[in-house]
Amino acid sequence: MEKRLKYYFPIFALPTLLAFLVAFLIPFILGMYLSFTEFTTVMDAKWVGLSNYAKAFGNKEFINALWFTGKFTVVSVITINICAFALALLLTRGLKGSNLFRTVFFMPNLIGGIVLGYIWQLIINGILFKFGVTLTYDPKYGFWGLVVLMNWQLIGYMMIIYIAGIQNVPPELIEAAKIDGAGPLRILRNVIIPMIMPAITICLFLTISNSFKLFDQNLALTAGAPSRKTAMLALDIFNTFYGKAGWEGVGQAKAVIFFILVAVIAFAQLIFTRSKEVES
Amino acid sequence: MKKLKFKDSILSFVLMLLAVAFLSPIFIVLLNSFKGKFFISENPFVLPNSETFVSFNNYISGITKTGFLQAFGWSLFITVSSVVVIVLFTSMTAWYITRVKSKMTKAIYYLLAFSMIVPFQMVMFTMTKVANMAHLDNPLGIIVVYLGFAAGLSVFMFAGFIKSIPLEIEEAAEIDGCNPVQTYFLVVFPILKPTAITVAILNTMWIWNDYLLPYLLIGNEYKTIPIAIQYLQGGYGSIDMGAMMAMLVLAIIPIVVFYFTCQKYIVKGIVAGAVKG
Repeated sequence: MEKRLKYYFPIFALPTLLAFLVAFLIPFILGMYLSFTEFTTVMDAKWVGLSNYAKAFGNKEFINALWFTGKFTVVSVITINICAFALALLLTRGLKGSNLFRTVFFMPNLIGGIVLGYIWQLIINGILFKFGVTLTYDPKYGFWGLVVLMNWQLIGYMMIIYIAGIQNVPPELIEAAKIDGAGPLRILRNVIIPMIMPAITICLFLTISNSFKLFDQNLALTAGAPSRKTAMLALDIFNTFYGKAGWEGVGQAKAVIFFILVAVIAFAQLIFTRSKEVES
Repeated sequence: MKKLKFKDSILSFVLMLLAVAFLSPIFIVLLNSFKGKFFISENPFVLPNSETFVSFNNYISGITKTGFLQAFGWSLFITVSSVVVIVLFTSMTAWYITRVKSKMTKAIYYLLAFSMIVPFQMVMFTMTKVANMAHLDNPLGIIVVYLGFAAGLSVFMFAGFIKSIPLEIEEAAEIDGCNPVQTYFLVVFPILKPTAITVAILNTMWIWNDYLLPYLLIGNEYKTIPIAIQYLQGGYGSIDMGAMMAMLVLAIIPIVVFYFTCQKYIVKGIVAGAVKG
């Protein structure tokens, strides 16, 4: 089997690999290289060493985006996971209509980021209008607007994963804890939460990477206004590439830094999940 | 027992309120899509009345301004054909690199897995340039680009499943006179169906809603739905809120239809994709 299949490489593997080469691998290597050069059209690259990185870290907008993204990620990860977990607990009690509620809570997740951004722009501006301001008046409105938007989008998604986790907890365990005299809070803390650790890890990392890499929602809700103060990393990189002539190299350096940050998060997840697998 | 029932009905009531709160943003957009454009921003929370009601005017002006119908067509074409191509080619690749064991297939597997953690911004600029040079900046070419970007997760998910298929089934097919192509399409692919549905759903949701990649690659000539909506904001100095509301409603409708027809698969796919991704 294996011997014959080997000769079918052009049919089975080549199409995917060519697409992968053009869409990802060549651009990735080229991007790494270009982050050390000055260029406008890729073909005219001049080696400048680390100066793009120095410029990136000296760029106020980039540092601001870094902080904004970090704060946003922390706040939205905490709020999303608490709300999603609470909903999952409510919906696994066997209440009437649980399936219908699950359907409703999950739906916003399917709506694209651009559409989500404009939906919430309307609603938040409508509320703020009563106080005589708009969403782009102060960066804190944009910040909390994004947090609310992200919660609306991701709570349902995380809830589904938590529900799957909770349903896998053997009912005997909970029965046994009840017989031993444990109250609902004890059961939650000492039985349910330890049993659904894998689901918690998955949800934490999904919310972290989704919040950290946010672009569409950011663009549609505030587009960085006022004066780029609500631009997150992905949007700042986009602005550097396409909004500032001559800064393409710095944009690419920012993109490499962004990639390294995301890779660190992903590896942390890998190591964390592995260590959990060993335990079980 | 009675006390418990009372508690449950309170909880049900709370859930009901939450569900209404969750759906209200969509209803607010819907009711504003029937109001005149000057009556939206200042008070989006009141129903249209005889003074503000404009019937389907917003829909008509929005569709003409954005070319929404063409955008819908391009979104549908790009999403459906990309997903078909992705499911077909990545499952074949996954089978090949799982069954043929060599240093090269191992390296391919790790490269593909690596691509999953690289954020789009890292390759955004260079990918656009390379795709321009390779003449992939059109609705057919973008399918190739999507295949390249989807290869990581899709091959990874297919390979995970293929490892659990016993080799004997494929060997039996070979003894019966199948060549690898026949073995794959007659025996292996039908077994892969559950994973194929998951891969298709995950990619459909991503490609249908994707904004940045099609905007950079083909946005000047061809607009998908997210590009058409963003264009309404960027292309006209002061944004026409009426047209915007109508377009948001039209953008949400296909998603709701898709959700209710494949709900079972979507929820399963999400859980499976989350665990693997």
